[in-house]
Amino acid sequence: MQIQVRLYATFRIGRFNEQTRDYPPGTRISKVLEDLEIDESLIGTAFIDFKYATLDRELHEGARLGIFPKVGGG
Amino acid sequence: MHKILRINMSDLSVKTEEVPVAWAGYGGRALTSTIVAAEVPPTCHPLGPNNKLVFAPGLLTGTVASNSGRLSVGSKSPLTGGIKESNAGGTSAQIIAKLGIKALIIEGLPADDKWRGIYIDKDGARIEEETELIGMGNFAAVQVLNNRISKSAGVIILGPAGEMKMLTSNISVKDPDSHLRSHGRGGLGAVMGSKKIKFIAIDPTGAQPMKIADPVKFKAAGMAFTKFLLNHPVSGQGLKTYGTDILVNVLNEAGGLPTHNFTTGQSLNAESISGETMYANIIKREGKPSHGCHPGCVIQCSQVYNDAEGKYLTSGFEYETIWALGANADVKDLDQIAKADYIMDDLGLDSIETSVMFGVAMEAGVLHWGDGTEIIRILKDEIGKGTPLGRVLGAGTGAVGRAYGVTRVPVVKNQAIPAYDPRSVKGIGITYATTPMGADHTAGYTIATNILGVGGHVDPLKKEGQIDLSRNLQIATAAVDSTGMCLFIAFPVLDDAACLQALIDLINARYGIALTGDDVVGLGKYVLKTEHQFNLDAGFTNKDDRLPEFFTLERLAPHNAIWDFTGPEIDTFWNF
Ligand code: SF4
Repeated sequence: MQIQVRLYATFRIGRFNEQTRDYPPGTRISKVLEDLEIDESLIGTAFIDFKYATLDRELHEGARLGIFPKVGGG
Repeated sequence: MHKILRINMSDLSVKTEEVPVAWAGYGGRALTSTIVAAEVPPTCHPLGPNNKLVFAPGLLTGTVASNSGRLSVGSKSPLTGGIKESNAGGTSAQIIAKLGIKALIIEGLPADDKWRGIYIDKDGARIEEETELIGMGNFAAVQVLNNRISKSAGVIILGPAGEMKMLTSNISVKDPDSHLRSHGRGGLGAVMGSKKIKFIAIDPTGAQPMKIADPVKFKAAGMAFTKFLLNHPVSGQGLKTYGTDILVNVLNEAGGLPTHNFTTGQSLNAESISGETMYANIIKREGKPSHGCHPGCVIQCSQVYNDAEGKYLTSGFEYETIWALGANADVKDLDQIAKADYIMDDLGLDSIETSVMFGVAMEAGVLHWGDGTEIIRILKDEIGKGTPLGRVLGAGTGAVGRAYGVTRVPVVKNQAIPAYDPRSVKGIGITYATTPMGADHTAGYTIATNILGVGGHVDPLKKEGQIDLSRNLQIATAAVDSTGMCLFIAFPVLDDAACLQALIDLINARYGIALTGDDVVGLGKYVLKTEHQFNLDAGFTNKDDRLPEFFTLERLAPHNAIWDFTGPEIDTFWNF
């Protein structure tokens, strides 16, 4: 299945801003992170289709996955 | 050594008073709100003789504790008609504290038509007629005062917008680079303008280090506290690199970035106005990605943003301003937004109220969507010059909505709603509705927990847990605003109880007292209740704790979200 991955802030360094990637059905967010060599402890928030998602969540065909390190403002 | 400095503009007198025992344990917001509640009749006209302007450094301001240099100002707001506390960085708070001044109360109205400046030094204060600076922009005026007094003097200054008593006007404070920070919200510039005070200059000569009751404990607590700030990923790294503008992409990804005057939750401009783009521009153009608004800030969320030629464009370039012009008013070009930000700082305009107003003005057809060039022209030639159109626009978001018959007017208690849509981030909607300040994200920043995963997670799209979340954060914020600490210390505090303990240890060591966590919560509750009561006495009711109707009628993409809290549900906020 095709997943549209968007990375933000420091996660872009040495990787990409946006990429469509291919994964077998049932793939979880944590697997994508492993492939991208992003340590789970660095994650601030992940979004599937613009909704907050825990890292054990399964992705679906055409999902948009947004991944942020721990950032904040106000 | 602590004293209250009372300046009366009616008879041009200056008095030094002892600090009443009842006020001794307060600083910052707790003190300004206490004094406003005690001395300002809630039904008075905010620009009339009975309103006061109260400045107070926080409980820890003036000490070497990291990030403790914020200044609070309190008054009755001419924008909301309720109580207002607004705090800002800059160098003044620390100097005021080190001169032993616990609060500065300015009252009365001058009988004549003259503008004046107030000079504060170790011996007290004097009021002098001012002519040279009248009508001058803030940046130039600060330079004149630097030459007149000294570069190290603190300066609290009123821009041309405040001279014209516009409801969008702010009070600005000089930062370590002679640039500006602002007491932005609530139109307090108009109050200072009504008293015809162009500036307050504070001479640091003779300023003394703060007395610390238990220096050994203070030092240990201070080191622990600083470590927490530096080790937390948000306060230690994130804010330093991307500033607050990192939130553009975060809120866009969460579908909570109000766009095109709050008609959708995502903007096509997000990438071009994002913190990532800002950071890349700063590096390319040799600006400064991190910068502190006062000495002792270790978080350094501020920055210096240059144009393509490497020339200074603006600093303290915040997410809320960039969102309001970039997403909500559709301006694609970050440099144009930076220019507008600089002009707003120079004129002394609240960059949230003014920028949100532009979204409503665009909806009204006053200018085209996304027209940054016209925004800059209007700022300079209409608002800056006080033309009839400038006066209407300078009266703020709510007034412009009324003047042009617009129904989609994002305000609560007539103050513009900032950068987080309450339909898709429901906790912040409770904060907007209930805070005594009028719509204000900083009053109880639920974004931390709704969106950023700080202090746990409460689903932003559901109603469950939002009222408790907002209440707890508003209580904590009222307490933090009383310490003189920058609110961004809340990121590590929310994630680690030991960080909060270090903060309490600092206060205890400074004053030789034994506050507990419960006492701090008690302080926050007291502040909120005092402010709420002032508003009730000013004529507000629970019906003022509501969001504008359009949030209940128009669904927001991409989540198809709607504001669905009932009035009675919102009213439970005050059950504490
Ligand atoms: S983190 Fe930002 S707002 Fe807070 S004290 Fe530092 S520069 Fe000022």
